[in-house]
Amino acid sequence: MDLTQLKQSTSAAQKKYHIRCCTVGGCLSANSAAVKEQLKTAIAASNLTDQVQVSGVGCMGLCSQGPLVRVETENATEVLYRQVQPEQSAAIVSSLTQSPHPEPVDLKTQPTDSPFFTRQHRIVLENSGRIDPEKIEEYIAASGYEALHHCLREMSSAEVVDEITRSGLRGRGGAGYPTGLKWATVAKMPPGQKYVVCNADEGDPGAYMDRSVLESDPHRVLEGLEIAAYAVGANQGYIYVRGEYPLAINHLQTAIRQAKRHGLLGSQIFDSPFDFRVDLRIGAGAFVCGEETALMASIEGKRGIPRPRPPYPAESGLWGRPTLINNVETYANIAPIIRKGADWFASIGTEQSKGTKVFSLTGKVKNAGLIEVPMGISLKEIVEGMGQGAPDGAQVKAVQTGGPSGGCIPADAFDTSVDYESLKALGSIMGSGGMIVMDEHTHMVDVAQFFMQFCMDESCGKCIPCRAGTVQLYQLLTKFKEHRATPADLEQLEMLCDVVQHTSLCGLGQSAPNPVLSTLRYFRDEYLVAMVEKT
Amino acid sequence: MTPNNTVVQAPPANDKRLRLLEATMKRHQYRPDALIEVLHRAQELFGYLDIKLLLHIAQRLKLPPSQVYGVATFYHFFSLAPKGVHSCVVCMGTACYVKQAAQLLSFLEKETGIQVGETTSDGQLSLMTARCLGACGIAPTVVFDDQLEGHQTVESVGERLNTCLGVEA
Ligand SMILES: Cc1cc2nc3c(=O)[nH]c(=O)nc-3n(C[C@H](O)[C@H](O)[C@H](O)COP(=O)(O)O)c2cc1C
Ligand code: SF4
Ligand code: FES
Ligand code: FES
Repeated sequence: MDLTQLKQSTSAAQKKYHIRCCTVGGCLSANSAAVKEQLKTAIAASNLTDQVQVSGVGCMGLCSQGPLVRVETENATEVLYRQVQPEQSAAIVSSLTQSPHPEPVDLKTQPTDSPFFTRQHRIVLENSGRIDPEKIEEYIAASGYEALHHCLREMSSAEVVDEITRSGLRGRGGAGYPTGLKWATVAKMPPGQKYVVCNADEGDPGAYMDRSVLESDPHRVLEGLEIAAYAVGANQGYIYVRGEYPLAINHLQTAIRQAKRHGLLGSQIFDSPFDFRVDLRIGAGAFVCGEETALMASIEGKRGIPRPRPPYPAESGLWGRPTLINNVETYANIAPIIRKGADWFASIGTEQSKGTKVFSLTGKVKNAGLIEVPMGISLKEIVEGMGQGAPDGAQVKAVQTGGPSGGCIPADAFDTSVDYESLKALGSIMGSGGMIVMDEHTHMVDVAQFFMQFCMDESCGKCIPCRAGTVQLYQLLTKFKEHRATPADLEQLEMLCDVVQHTSLCGLGQSAPNPVLSTLRYFRDEYLVAMVEKT
Repeated sequence: MTPNNTVVQAPPANDKRLRLLEATMKRHQYRPDALIEVLHRAQELFGYLDIKLLLHIAQRLKLPPSQVYGVATFYHFFSLAPKGVHSCVVCMGTACYVKQAAQLLSFLEKETGIQVGETTSDGQLSLMTARCLGACGIAPTVVFDDQLEGHQTVESVGERLNTCLGVEA
């Protein structure tokens, strides 16, 4: 089918009011499905069905205040309600017909002109909270699949790779490897069976960017994956999703089914010679499977154990074939880059880090939720401006980025710009987007021990430095936690960190010492206080 | 992997669940790389992965039993022992951790008299932890019988535990 035909068949008449109710993630757990149903009932009861449209949409960002409901009138004024209960639906509906629209007193509204919303720059999340993720029509109406159409009809594979390279996009899964370069490597491999893989294993505990993107806008990820397949010459894709994300899996399955039905997956897509199939693989709960070689072993039905690189997956991946593997958010950036051009994308962000990054801002922060910010924004603007600091007037002490592979950045370094290099210089990493705020009540030795326990539990056991080293590090940290540590333990701790970092086989072991090293660097006094008194 | 001197037998062939499992394997054309999907389905149908069931799967997919057992034990999601009628999963991810998830867990351990990973002796409840449930914005989170609850406190999990077990508060 042609894209314009698609668009025509999918555009619906606009109603005067549009009520959007977040029906994914945290809001769904807070009973938002009932809110949506009650809204519909209230509208029918007030005979407003032809004036008001109600839709279930994806994440609006301020998840800590859910369920969120956004009411939009024809002149584009918006009211955002938070913590909506099903029984408040009638009040929301009756406020529509009174003019000027009074805000019902017992409902809580959320100003949308606060930094939490105004400082965002939404590319990956542009449709999140706006379209119904279970309706392909709404994705198409929001320029969906235009980029794929453009690639297949107007661009050669090499031109697509070139466009992505020029955009400066870097992998959003953690390491920040230039995406275009990775694509070019796979594209250069001799023709034959190749694969593309989407890493949706989201291992970082305390972060949920990928879950939210998949639940709120699954077609965007599919479109990015398809464009990648066209660019590198693959005809088969796999999406490896965490088993803990049933709704994300469900929305992806729906999206795949719809795309097939519209001829956007399968043979001769958009009447071009390009064929593409995609299969879902459901993870079974092992953090190490986020590592690319372990992930591929898992797709092959084996234990998820990493193997040495090289050879890189680009040369020898799934079943020994050249394989492109990227993160969910990386793929979610592709369609907008093709639609708006590499130069547009490269104009956002900093010299070395282009575009935006989605962060899950959680922990001891008032406005916890999901944000998308331009690279180069300061940590201060995020934590204090957007997040509004810690609740209950507590002092923010540090923010943890990069999860078990990252580090803790102290509050006095919050002027730092958020980009790959600056965060690395501070001893942390950009990571996949977890940003956990810690306040004065959080003890840093406990945090270090917490992450070490995580790595110890998740170590696959293949190599000794990680298998035995994480256990020893954990025991040492426990000594500090229990005030049993001696100066010799401190020395041992630092020495062991060095060994594990430099001799482990995969990223899990290599980065396991990072939380210890960064807390030692900025909060050494907490370790010193935790030692036994000298006698 | 054969338990000492018991003759290992597959579940009776007329078990409806086995037929459903067979259908899943067939849909995957008995490909060995579908092992994890097959184990997912088997656990969904049977609740846990019995040794006999693993052997049966090994046979059907023409895989060495050691590989099937190895995969089943590698992934946290698979359980080789029966679970309780009800389940309670406390998220111990970082966002929940800094919001005192450990307190919720020790409260639940005290209340139920079991440790994480265990099932009560009456088989009513299994207590587990998760790495992160992806609902960090409403941390701390706990899942009771597949229903996720956010912003939890010791009081709210106590209440929720009672309703889950059908105890009058
Ligand atoms: C222990 C470990 C866990 C990882 N977990 C993830 C993950 O959950 N999601 C992800 O996208 N990448 C993860 N990675 C990084 C992947 O190996 C890989 O670099 C990434 O998927 C590449 O995609 P990108 O270039 O788009 O970032 C992990 C790496 C390691 C060492
Ligand atoms: S570093 Fe750890 S997780 Fe990685 S291969 Fe070695 S033991 Fe396994
Ligand atoms: S899940 Fe509803 S706002 Fe994020
Ligand atoms: S850390 Fe508990 S839901 Fe993510």
